[in-house]
Amino acid sequence: MCITLHNSQELFAPMRYSAFSVITQALRGHTGWTPAWRKAEPAPHYDVVIIGGGGGGLATAYYLARHHNVGRIAVLEKGWLGNGSIGRNTTIIRSNYGLPGNIPFYELSMKLWEGLEQDINYNAMVSQRGIFNIYHNDAQRDSYARRGNAMLLHGVDAELLDSARLRREIPYLDYENARFPIHGALVQRRAGTARHDAVAWGYARAADKLGVDIIENCEVTGIDIENGAVKGVQTTRGAITVGKVGIAVAGASSLVGAMAGLRLPIESHALQAFVTEGLKPLIDNVITFGAGHFYISQSDKGGLVFGGDIDGYNSYAARGNLPTVEDVCEGGIALMPMLGRARLLRSWGGIMDMTMDGSPIIDKTPVGNLFFNGGWCYGGFKATPASGFCFAHLIAREEPHAVAAAYRLDRFAEGRLIDEKGAGAQPNLH
Amino acid sequence: MRIPCPHCGPRGLDEFLYTQDASAARPKDGGAAPTEEWTDYVYMRENARGPRREYWYHSAGCHAWLIVTRDVSSHEILSVDLP
Amino acid sequence: MTGYRLPAGGSIDRNRLVTFRFDGKAFAGFGGDTLASALLANGVRLVGRSFKYHRPRGIFSAGSEEPSALVELGLGAYREPNTRATMVEIFEGLTANSQNRFPSLKYDLLSVNSLVSPFLAAGFYYKTFMWPAKFWERVYEPLIRRAAGLGRNAGVPDPDSYEKNTEFCDVLVIGGGADGVKAAREAAGRVILCDENPLVPEGLPENVLVLPRTTVFAVYDGGTYAAITQLPAQTPRQRLVRIVAGRSVIATGALERPLVFANNDLPGVMLAGAVGDYITRYGVAVGRNILLAINNDDAAALIPLLAENGIGIAGIVDTRRKSSDHVYALAREAGVAVFAGAGIITAEGRLGVGGAKIRLHNGTMLRVACDIIASSGGFNPNIALTSQFDAKPVWDETIAAFTAGTLPPGASIIGKAAGHGINANIAPHWHSGITPGKSFVDLQNDVTVKDIQLANQEGFSSVEHVKRYTTLGMATDQGKTANVNALAILAEAQGKSIPETGTTRFRPPYSPVSLGALAGAHKGKAFKPTRLAPTHEFSTAQGATFIETGMWLRAQYYPRPGEDWLAAAQREVNTVRNSVGICDVTTLGKIDIQGPDAAKFLECVYTNSWTNLAIGRVRYGLMLREDGFVMDDGTTARLGANHFVMTTTTANAAKVMQHLEFCAQVLWPELDVTFISVTDQWAQIAVAGPQSRATISKIVDSPFDVTNEAFPYMGCAELTICGGTPARLFRISFSGELAYELAVPARYGNALAAKLMEAGAEYGIAPYGTEALGIMRIEKGHAAGPELNGQTTAHDLGLHKLLSKKKDFIGRAMAARAALTDPARLTLVGLRPEDGTSILRAGSHLLPIGAAATAKNDQGHITSAARSPSLGPIALALLANGPARIGEKIRVYDPVRQGDCIAEIVAPIHYDSDGTRLHA
Repeated sequence: MCITLHNSQELFAPMRYSAFSVITQALRGHTGWTPAWRKAEPAPHYDVVIIGGGGGGLATAYYLARHHNVGRIAVLEKGWLGNGSIGRNTTIIRSNYGLPGNIPFYELSMKLWEGLEQDINYNAMVSQRGIFNIYHNDAQRDSYARRGNAMLLHGVDAELLDSARLRREIPYLDYENARFPIHGALVQRRAGTARHDAVAWGYARAADKLGVDIIENCEVTGIDIENGAVKGVQTTRGAITVGKVGIAVAGASSLVGAMAGLRLPIESHALQAFVTEGLKPLIDNVITFGAGHFYISQSDKGGLVFGGDIDGYNSYAARGNLPTVEDVCEGGIALMPMLGRARLLRSWGGIMDMTMDGSPIIDKTPVGNLFFNGGWCYGGFKATPASGFCFAHLIAREEPHAVAAAYRLDRFAEGRLIDEKGAGAQPNLH
Repeated sequence: MRIPCPHCGPRGLDEFLYTQDASAARPKDGGAAPTEEWTDYVYMRENARGPRREYWYHSAGCHAWLIVTRDVSSHEILSVDLP
Repeated sequence: MTGYRLPAGGSIDRNRLVTFRFDGKAFAGFGGDTLASALLANGVRLVGRSFKYHRPRGIFSAGSEEPSALVELGLGAYREPNTRATMVEIFEGLTANSQNRFPSLKYDLLSVNSLVSPFLAAGFYYKTFMWPAKFWERVYEPLIRRAAGLGRNAGVPDPDSYEKNTEFCDVLVIGGGADGVKAAREAAGRVILCDENPLVPEGLPENVLVLPRTTVFAVYDGGTYAAITQLPAQTPRQRLVRIVAGRSVIATGALERPLVFANNDLPGVMLAGAVGDYITRYGVAVGRNILLAINNDDAAALIPLLAENGIGIAGIVDTRRKSSDHVYALAREAGVAVFAGAGIITAEGRLGVGGAKIRLHNGTMLRVACDIIASSGGFNPNIALTSQFDAKPVWDETIAAFTAGTLPPGASIIGKAAGHGINANIAPHWHSGITPGKSFVDLQNDVTVKDIQLANQEGFSSVEHVKRYTTLGMATDQGKTANVNALAILAEAQGKSIPETGTTRFRPPYSPVSLGALAGAHKGKAFKPTRLAPTHEFSTAQGATFIETGMWLRAQYYPRPGEDWLAAAQREVNTVRNSVGICDVTTLGKIDIQGPDAAKFLECVYTNSWTNLAIGRVRYGLMLREDGFVMDDGTTARLGANHFVMTTTTANAAKVMQHLEFCAQVLWPELDVTFISVTDQWAQIAVAGPQSRATISKIVDSPFDVTNEAFPYMGCAELTICGGTPARLFRISFSGELAYELAVPARYGNALAAKLMEAGAEYGIAPYGTEALGIMRIEKGHAAGPELNGQTTAHDLGLHKLLSKKKDFIGRAMAARAALTDPARLTLVGLRPEDGTSILRAGSHLLPIGAAATAKNDQGHITSAARSPSLGPIALALLANGPARIGEKIRVYDPVRQGDCIAEIVAPIHYDSDGTRLHA
């Protein structure tokens, strides 16, 4: 992969973050820190408007400004920056996918994660602590082997551990008394976690530095279309004329899409995430249960961050249900009986735009100069860098980036689905 | 959420399964209907805020399929009908 | 008892002495004490260290809002970290330890963090630790992780048990204070009253069920509430109560907020109301010389209480420009000075409060000696539950507090929780200004006034940004005593009003809930139900090894002495191929379908044709999903004109049932057909092998004729066996041999297996398990789970001839799309190793020989593999353009298991490809 840096100037010059700047500011009582990003006011015209100030939108704006010469860029955010999925997920990053439509894309994302902090000068705490997908029977082992082999063929790291080896690495799983015995794990060592909010803030700060206007509390209320092409957007802070518009509004894709007359292969569902009270280091990796819906890691602050299945029905209320909470915790205790006395501190719900095959969409739309990025299902956070990178590429060059070429909108009509789970056109099963 | 099953009375969410939008009907002329119509039925969803007609299955109950009209913004159940 | 216990008062049982240990030292308290009250009674003030700076911390409150007094409760596997000392009822032998300190509470090495604290301001870690890149995982992160966190998880399985129940009521009253008790008394119907404290209010009518020690921690849709009941020193330890309520009354009272000044985290700085609670509930004087700091009249109630109990009052600092007549009157009576218009600048002391520095109204500084600073910045209505449910709290300027926004459906809110009767004459005072020391807003996460100001300076101006950037309100108390102060400080920094700045919200749970309780009994072997086959006893007696197949336990193989799984499975295959074997196939889904339109209905759900199936015949059927991909397959038998029995795969039994119900109820309601799952009603045993007919013939009742002529391949019949037992016989074969499946009512499963063993004894009959079953189905090239994985089409599996062109069926239209029938798709083939011996493994990928191992050259993968006793290693695979490539060689690449060999591409049917043996 080759990433070339476009000759964009750094238009704004806030201080660079470093150990030195932290120390000097500490000695000056922190009086010199400037805002991480400007509170930009909307201008009457932009060459590119990105709707959605979440991870995808901010990353898109950053990579557009960094690698493409597209003129003036704005990110319009309805509320506060990063309030959607980027700020309410379980922070896992990985590229352990099984299908050729997905692997190169998520691997590009992984590579971007690996250089992200130095690239954007922001510590997003990318922690490559490894993900362990536990398997419980021969069929599951073979299906993980298929995936692991596919990953290796794509140049992604993968290991298949048997139960003895897994037990040496992760001794505290229920190896003795499990309803579904633990037979081993598929491991991606380069996978891990990142501090989700910091990803949004870091991209925002870096994009702002390259001159992108990040406009918070600016809700798009309409998309103006003339002769089949986008001409502008209506917002709560006035009308803006545009060259191109990119939609990156996870959780509201259908709602914003409808403003441009799009009908999408998406349903919006609630996914709950959970965190326990802070604990001393206990779980050093990301671990997923293969016999139930449960995945877990421990934040650097000490909380065990975990999640499970989506709640199972369409929702625009970011509110979970109790049976799912119980189901997730049952999975947790079944896998790690030591968690019985850990206490759930907080749970929250986010809205997932679930597509009909469980894979995302990054494509042009039938409307001219209108581009769509969405349908991230559970996978939006880990995809953030590549999502932005490929969406920027698409918007700037009007052709898909090679690794995102499968994420077409017409794949549903044509039957070229990217269905990792084989669940079919029922979003709540993906 | 609790769903008033017309056969069983109000029951907890864990007895039910949601599968799909009930607003679109399966194309009547089977395999002969145009592909666009099928694509729309199988894949495309309005996914708007507010009330929505949905198919729910009383899987841990009477096995009835229900058409539940539910506000997806508030989770309020507005009506439950048999197909 | 000496120390700080008052001679009388409190609802403790002074006749019951309870001994316990804290940090290894023995103490005594009384029955009814909390760990906090007992420690305070013993004069223990230092109980913990703070999260970030490891500063000494004491007991701050008397309730579940406690931010500071967190301890590790219990030892070994029973150790429970982060337990609020204010919520633990002591019992004989209780052991608690302080946490987040090393080597000891008094001398904590990491308190050095306090010295370097200028470098640890809010968000410092986002700005550094980036170089060199590799150092994050290796150096910085481990250091941060070790320093962070609070208590230690035991790291071993939780030995306790938990339970769950569901309660239904007309009215749920949350909170057992005076308002809640009154509401419960007046409510009609079945009433449940929950309170997090142990005391049961007296004199409630019979229709009221009181749940003490029960915290309602979350509100869900449909009037469902989640509560947790503590069952101290009992097993189960806790109970999760799901409460379904017609309506609810939220009577959760109000929580006091502290005043914010420098060093306001020292042990001995407490909420004023808590000081009162320790006196009235536990008979404990938390100090001997108490400085009261207030900005409202409510907290003045403490003055007479202290005076009556002979507790010294060092003075009353009232931040209001003019204190109220009420305060003056009480102070006069108690003989105490009131410093109006004054404020505490800083608390003083090293490991606990020894005094305070006060700025008087005229700007002069005054040092006051005291051992406790009791502060009250007013009360916040306790509206956490209401805010969980969408609604944003609303700022009420008259009481300088947030009240509930729109309530959850069916809920009402009363008393202090509704903002009634609190914060009399309050004049908000949010912090004492720029001071040399740290002024804490969130005590548990060590968030200071300066941190909030810095976050705002750096552009983190939304409340949510401030919380995320500083970690404010993210600790175990969810900022119960911090959030409103923080919002006010942020508003001040922005020069805005509080409602302009934002609001505060709470997420479930109200207070932390153990995962053990949320999981309940569903752990270990009881994680999911276990379904036993009707021949389970038989198989156990035969020495079977069992395997989990979905919820089922199935016999995997029947090892004889000296046999491993492979030897046993291969012997079982040989037995079937050469003689006869039996296998329980009950787990396959069985659906009984009846009605005049039953055949028509099958036409709709299966791709192939059914109306022409004769009575007494069986047919293989293929089912698609509406998107055109394969859903399931199986055989369906016609027992009568209007009566069919369908079989499904084990994995999809419930899904197919659900699908049929959908088709019948929603898509084709006009068809007169009904069906029911009979999977559990019939024990079904496959009898397979050349001697199967001879074996069966011994147990079928005459005159039933099992000859090939009378009962040919794909025949079915209802009959009796063993002298009158009703049964169903199907001549179907998964093994590829002459075979039958015999079904009897489930209760006869074990008996039938035994009868068959007896009947086949002379042929050397043996039971076979899922391993042998798997080998034989791969030999025969039958698609099963790994091939029916939801990603394959009829074309992929070579089943496209089953797609009728004459009728509509589920999936027909979408299956016709070009992409689903593209020859380049991965299509089913067989594989045999070139050398005849290399083991093939499912999950291996297929590459052209000599091509680089890259994604570009990836042409497919093995779905199922087996070691056939007669053929050696064989496999089924999905290969691009598969059928056209039969005879070619291909590389089988399995790097995750170090596999790499060459295989020949063959037809999927490895064994008896013309089916001679089936028809024998």
